Amino acid sequence: MKKTLFAAIAATLVSGAAMADLVFPSLSYRTGPFAAGGIPFADGYADYFTLLNERDGGIGGVPIKVIECETAYNTEKGVECYEATKGEGSLVYQPLSTGITYQIIPKASADGIPVHSMGYGRTSATNGRVFEWVFNYPTNYWNGASIAVKHILDLNDNDISGKKITLLYFNGAYGKEPIPTLEALSEKHGFEFNTLAIDFPGQEQKSQWLQIRRDQPDYILFWGWGVMNQVAVQEAANIRYPMENFIGIWWSGAEIDVLPAGDGANGYKSLQFHNVGSDFPIFDDIEKYVVDTGKAAGAGDQIGTVLYNRGVYAAMLAAEAVRTAQDIHNTADITSAMMRDGMEALTMTPERMAELGLPNFGPTFQVTCENHGGEGLGAIAQWDASATKWALVTDFIAPDDEVIMPLIEADSMAYAEENNLDLRCN
Amino acid sequence: MLYREAGDFKTSYIEDNQTFPIAFDRYRYYAILAISFLILPFLVNDYFVNAILAPFLIYSIAAIGLNILTGYCGQVSLGTGGFMAVGAYSCYKLMTAFPDVSIVIHIIIAGGITAVIGAVFGLPSLRIKGFYLAVATLAAQFFLVWLFNRVSWFYNYSASGQINAPERTVFTIPVTGPNVEPWAMYMICLIFAFVSAVIARNLTRGALGRTWMAIRDMDIAAEIIGVNPLKAKLSAFAISSFFVGISGALFFAVYLGAAEAGDSFGIQKSFIVLFMIIIGGLGSIFGSFAGAALLVVLPVILKLIGADFLGWPTGLVAHIQLVIVGLLIILFLVLEPHGLAQLWRIAKEKLRLWPFPH
Repeated sequence: MKKTLFAAIAATLVSGAAMADLVFPSLSYRTGPFAAGGIPFADGYADYFTLLNERDGGIGGVPIKVIECETAYNTEKGVECYEATKGEGSLVYQPLSTGITYQIIPKASADGIPVHSMGYGRTSATNGRVFEWVFNYPTNYWNGASIAVKHILDLNDNDISGKKITLLYFNGAYGKEPIPTLEALSEKHGFEFNTLAIDFPGQEQKSQWLQIRRDQPDYILFWGWGVMNQVAVQEAANIRYPMENFIGIWWSGAEIDVLPAGDGANGYKSLQFHNVGSDFPIFDDIEKYVVDTGKAAGAGDQIGTVLYNRGVYAAMLAAEAVRTAQDIHNTADITSAMMRDGMEALTMTPERMAELGLPNFGPTFQVTCENHGGEGLGAIAQWDASATKWALVTDFIAPDDEVIMPLIEADSMAYAEENNLDLRCN
Repeated sequence: MLYREAGDFKTSYIEDNQTFPIAFDRYRYYAILAISFLILPFLVNDYFVNAILAPFLIYSIAAIGLNILTGYCGQVSLGTGGFMAVGAYSCYKLMTAFPDVSIVIHIIIAGGITAVIGAVFGLPSLRIKGFYLAVATLAAQFFLVWLFNRVSWFYNYSASGQINAPERTVFTIPVTGPNVEPWAMYMICLIFAFVSAVIARNLTRGALGRTWMAIRDMDIAAEIIGVNPLKAKLSAFAISSFFVGISGALFFAVYLGAAEAGDSFGIQKSFIVLFMIIIGGLGSIFGSFAGAALLVVLPVILKLIGADFLGWPTGLVAHIQLVIVGLLIILFLVLEPHGLAQLWRIAKEKLRLWPFPH
């Protein structure tokens, strides 16, 4: 029995491989407690590539193939998906899960496939001298924490000493990432910093919000994902916490997170590293080439939502890296190693964004050998409950590199030492 | 015709007492060992090992551990995930604190540490049983995961709370870290699974196993005939946790390479191992392997058929998979409470008479 089983699996694997396409594995999650965030992202990611195939015939004339694999945000399934897809010529992995990113960083580095953890994953991967195969442009959690604190500084005339800021976070790798940065910032600016953890999956947060009522923090920073976002926003509305002082990270700022709380969510803020809404020329093309031809991924009802846009943005950055790689290596059919070179030489300018039909969609940034994280800009968006719309209320703000760079240096060097890595870019 | 003892004469007590007394059964067992030790290592590739063989062998060890406690000694436990976390984190601490000591020794010590913790959490079993004990072990599950999330010493104060397995070698061949060859990963899992199964099988056949089964079948009667419940229950908790700890250490160090307590060792892990022994068969070492095989291989097969062959959306396939696994559990509980192991036993009985059943 075992043998027939093996034969069956082998047959499937062989039949699936051996095609000269540009392969983008999409390690998505359409099930589980984080599906609310996983579905729109996966749809946007797939739809942008479908658009390129339909409109331009792929990138540089080579068609694109997206292989979707369901992870349910589960690290074991993530490993299974990684192993199942890596042999198919995968160019870059974007698992949309910090846990899975940590898992595949060493594996992908050994296999020579780049990992792009856009706004999540291991923050210190910004240091390209240590992490050859890992990229996290345009920004990361530590920048996010710093940008949120900068925004609070702006609101208080640059003096927040003695203010109380509480971090409400998902008790996992993702939520713990900003703690060292916020501790360093609290020392620098003199605010009082507290943490409150929410355990997986976060449907029950009564005790955390009781604690918040007791402490009365001036600002709450929120690192949540999936179902815990809706619960937190609802709880904040229930205790009448001033919503404009409640700031979520970019993973806690989609329509689906705030809609259930209704008017109570009005004024809730979240960070964003790209623009929101569907008022961009590209969405006309998506409508024309993808939706109207019936090729939209999933149910096709997510277009223009914050996380759908993020999927489009992720796919767009990957496609631009492919173009850069095609230019560098003078070949249309690139490998994952060439893809890495393309990512390392990626430059996003306002002109290029406009050409792509996404004017003012994201910040400008440039990736270099040393810096795999770009400039790390982010903006603050605010929820308008009556219009049911997110809108950016600030410009793209630069993070406080003075605090973050030493932290990145320390953490990445510790990794290099643990794994006996030689530094690059010399 | 197969599985017949006719003509298979035993001339010594040792022969009479062996694990597989029927010659055909014994040869089948040797054949499986030969295939798995001598042939499979040359055939496996990355995907087979990472998606099927490594998780199957590691879950088998965990299922053997839980089967000793629940199947043989009758103590229901929902703390398997927590005990696997103890194994994983002690292995991590040992790996990073003593990088020069062999990883094999670390994994075994990690099992030993888990045994001690397991025995401590087994203490309530002396007073409470059944559902109440299940709740007490559930508390162990939540407490242990909380502890590993909360105390940064356990994850060496890393910023994210993740633990990462550095590269370690056995006879200069890497078995942990990113550069592991698939056959090396398979072999270390196989050796641990094989040795665990042999030890567990012989423990359950011996005096200790009989005291466990006496406690399981009726603890008061067992006490009256002279079985010490303190010794029997605590030894079951300790030995069970030893195997679970080893599987946790392998799961983290060899298979995943990076782990996080809440994500990798949450309550779902406790349930899935429990499902394995329910579907595989309570009180059977073979059942532990069969249950682990079914629950590891089934999702992969369903995924290959649904998503790759038929081209269904991945979300739909994932949901169908949940439905099928749930249905299987219900069907097994209703139709065959002794699990796959009982089906195997019945098949053997039938084969023994085949083709002349009268």
